[in-house]
Amino acid sequence: MNQDMAEPILQMDKTSKSFGGVQALRDVSFDVFPGDVLGIIGPNGSGKTTIVNCITGFVKPTSGRVYFKGEDITGRQPHKVADLGVTRTFQIMRPYYSLPAYKNLVIPLFSPRAKRTGGWRGGGRLGNRQTIAIDILEEIGFERDSYIPFKKTSTLPTGYLKRLELARCLALKPEIIICDEVFSGLSMSEIASMVPLIQRLQDEGITIVMIEHRLRELFQVANRVMVLNFGQKLTEGTPTEVMADEKVKEAYFGSEEVEEVMIYA
Amino acid sequence: MSTQKLRKERIDRGIKVRSDGLYALMSLRELSYLTLPRFVLIAGMLSLPFLMPDMYWQRVISIVCIYAILALSFDFLAHYVGLVSLGGAFFIGTGGYVAGILNSYYGIPPVLTVPLAAIIGGAICTLMLLPCLPLKGVYFAIVTLMYPLFMARIIEAFDLFGGTDGLAGIDSFSSAFAEQYLVICTVLIFLFGLRRFVTTDMGLIFTAVMDNDQAVKASGINITKYKALAVFIASSAGCMAGACLTHIYMWSGISQFALDFSILPIAATVIGGAGTLAGPVLGCFILVPVSELLRDFGTLRIVFYASVLVGFILFRSDGIMVFMQRKYEQFERWTKI
Ligand SMILES: Nc1ncnc2c1ncn2[C@@H]1O[C@H](COP(=O)(O)OP(=O)(O)OP(=O)(O)O)[C@@H](O)[C@H]1O
Ligand SMILES: [Mg+2]
Repeated sequence: MNQDMAEPILQMDKTSKSFGGVQALRDVSFDVFPGDVLGIIGPNGSGKTTIVNCITGFVKPTSGRVYFKGEDITGRQPHKVADLGVTRTFQIMRPYYSLPAYKNLVIPLFSPRAKRTGGWRGGGRLGNRQTIAIDILEEIGFERDSYIPFKKTSTLPTGYLKRLELARCLALKPEIIICDEVFSGLSMSEIASMVPLIQRLQDEGITIVMIEHRLRELFQVANRVMVLNFGQKLTEGTPTEVMADEKVKEAYFGSEEVEEVMIYA
Repeated sequence: MSTQKLRKERIDRGIKVRSDGLYALMSLRELSYLTLPRFVLIAGMLSLPFLMPDMYWQRVISIVCIYAILALSFDFLAHYVGLVSLGGAFFIGTGGYVAGILNSYYGIPPVLTVPLAAIIGGAICTLMLLPCLPLKGVYFAIVTLMYPLFMARIIEAFDLFGGTDGLAGIDSFSSAFAEQYLVICTVLIFLFGLRRFVTTDMGLIFTAVMDNDQAVKASGINITKYKALAVFIASSAGCMAGACLTHIYMWSGISQFALDFSILPIAATVIGGAGTLAGPVLGCFILVPVSELLRDFGTLRIVFYASVLVGFILFRSDGIMVFMQRKYEQFERWTKI
C-alpha cells in the first residue's frame, strides 16, 4: 500500500538456505508492508515453501536475517514466531485427524497468544474455547447446522481442511498469515468462495503473504507479486508489471497460462 | 444344498445413543447404565482386601496395584501423548530409592515419603528425560529402556546408597489395610483423574502433539513444555508406585530397576486394551495373579506370558476392555444375507 510511509512489518534480508548440496534459497530479500497481500509465485521446487519455513522458524536459514516489525526473529523457534502473530498454513495440510474439526481449534485457542488476545474476534478475553472454535469455523465457511464442525477431521474433504488451516491461523488473532498454496487441490467453485474470504481478512487489517500456483485467483487479491526461480528472486512488482516482465515469461512454466492471465488482467 | 450366509449385526442400545455425549438422562435406568461399570470397578477394588483369603494374596493385590499404576502411566504416555516409554523400571527405581533415602537417612515416615517421592522422583525423571523429548517412536522407547540399566550400574559401580545390598530396614506401612487401601485408592484416583484429564482442553494438547506436533508448534504452543508436563505426570505416578513398593518390602535396591517393571505394564496394556486407561488396569489384574499362580514353574512363566501376548495381538488386538465395552453398548444378532 503506502510503501513510502509505512515501516515494513516483515522483512527478509539476503536469506540463503541450502539443504546439503541443494541450494533452496539464494540471497532472497523482500519487504512486506502492513495491509499488503503479497503474492509469491514460482515453478515447483523454486523455494517458496522454504521461504515460509525460514520465516516461521521451521528451518534455520544458512545465512541472512528475518525481521518482524524491525525485530530480528531469525532462527527463532516456531512457537515463538507464532506467538508474535506470524502464522502460516501448511502446503501439505496438518490437521489433527483424530479430533473433530472444532477441537482442532481448541489447540491454538489454548496458546499463550490466544489467551492474551482472546482469539480472532476476542477483545482480549477468551471465553469457552469450544464455542469460540465453532464460531470461527462458521465464519470461515463451515456450515454450523450441518454438523460438519463436529465431524471427525479425517472424514472431511480437502476444501474444509484448507479452511481449517486458515482457521488455525485466525484463532491466534494473527498479524500476518502466510498461506502456502491454500487454493491448490480445490475446485473452481471452492476457490471462488475462498477469494472473498481472503479479501475479508485483508479488510480486517491482516497482512497476507500468498504462495500460489493459481495466478488468476492470486491476481484478484494480491497487490504485489514476487517471482522466484531456482531459489532466487527474479522480479517483484504489481501483478501487471510482473506479467509483462520478459524474464518471468521465460522462466515461468509453459508461458501459456501467463499470457492467459495477462489478457485477463 | 445352498449354504446360508449369516452376518453379525451390531446395534447400539437405545440408552447408549441417548447418553453418548449428550447427557440428557431420562430415568434412573439410564443413569445406572452409565454409572454401573464405574460403580462395579470402584466397589470391586475397594472390597478386594476383604475378599482375599490370606496375607499372601493380600500382598498380591498390592503388587497388582503397583503394576496397574505403571500400566496407567504407560498407556497415558503412549496413547495420549505419543511417547512410547519403556521407562517403568526407571520410575519405580527412582521413586523407590527416593522413598528409601528419605526414610532411612532422614527418618521421614511413609505418609510423607510417598507423596514426596512422587514429586521429587517425578522431577528427577523428567529432568533426566528432558534431552530425549524431541525423540519419537522407537527412539524414545530405546532411550527410556536404557535409563534403568544405566541407573542400576551407576549405583553398583559407585557403591551408592548401600550398593548392591540396597537400603534395608525401611519402615513399613502401619498396617496391611493401610498399605492396600493406599495403593488401591492411588490406582482409582489416577485412573479416573487421567480419564477426566485427557478430555480437558489441556489434555487435548497432548493428543494434538501426538497427532501432529508441527501444527501444535505453528499454533504458538511450546511442545517441549507439554511433553515435559506429560512425562512429569506419568513419572510421578510411577515414582509413587515405587515408593509404595519400597515400604511394602521394607527395602530398596537395584532390583527395583528390573526390566519386569517396564515390560509387564506393556503386556497388560495390550491385553486390557490400549488407549482405554481402564483396560491396562484390568490387564494387570489378570496378568499379575496368573503369573503368581505360575510361580512354581520358574522362568517358564515367560513362555506363558509370551504366548498370551502373541495370542492377544493376533486375535484380540483391541484388548479386553474394547471387547467388553462393545458387548455392553451394543446388541449383536445374526442376520441372513
Ligand atoms: N527439508 C528439506 N530437505 C532437503 N531438501 C529440501 C527440504 N525442503 C526443501 N528442499 C529442497 O529445496 C528446494 C525448494 O523446495 P521448496 O519446497 O521450498 O519448493 P516450493 O517452491 O515450495 O515447491 P512446490 O511448488 O512444489 O511447493 C527443492 O529442491 C527441495 O527438494
Ligand atoms: Mg511448496
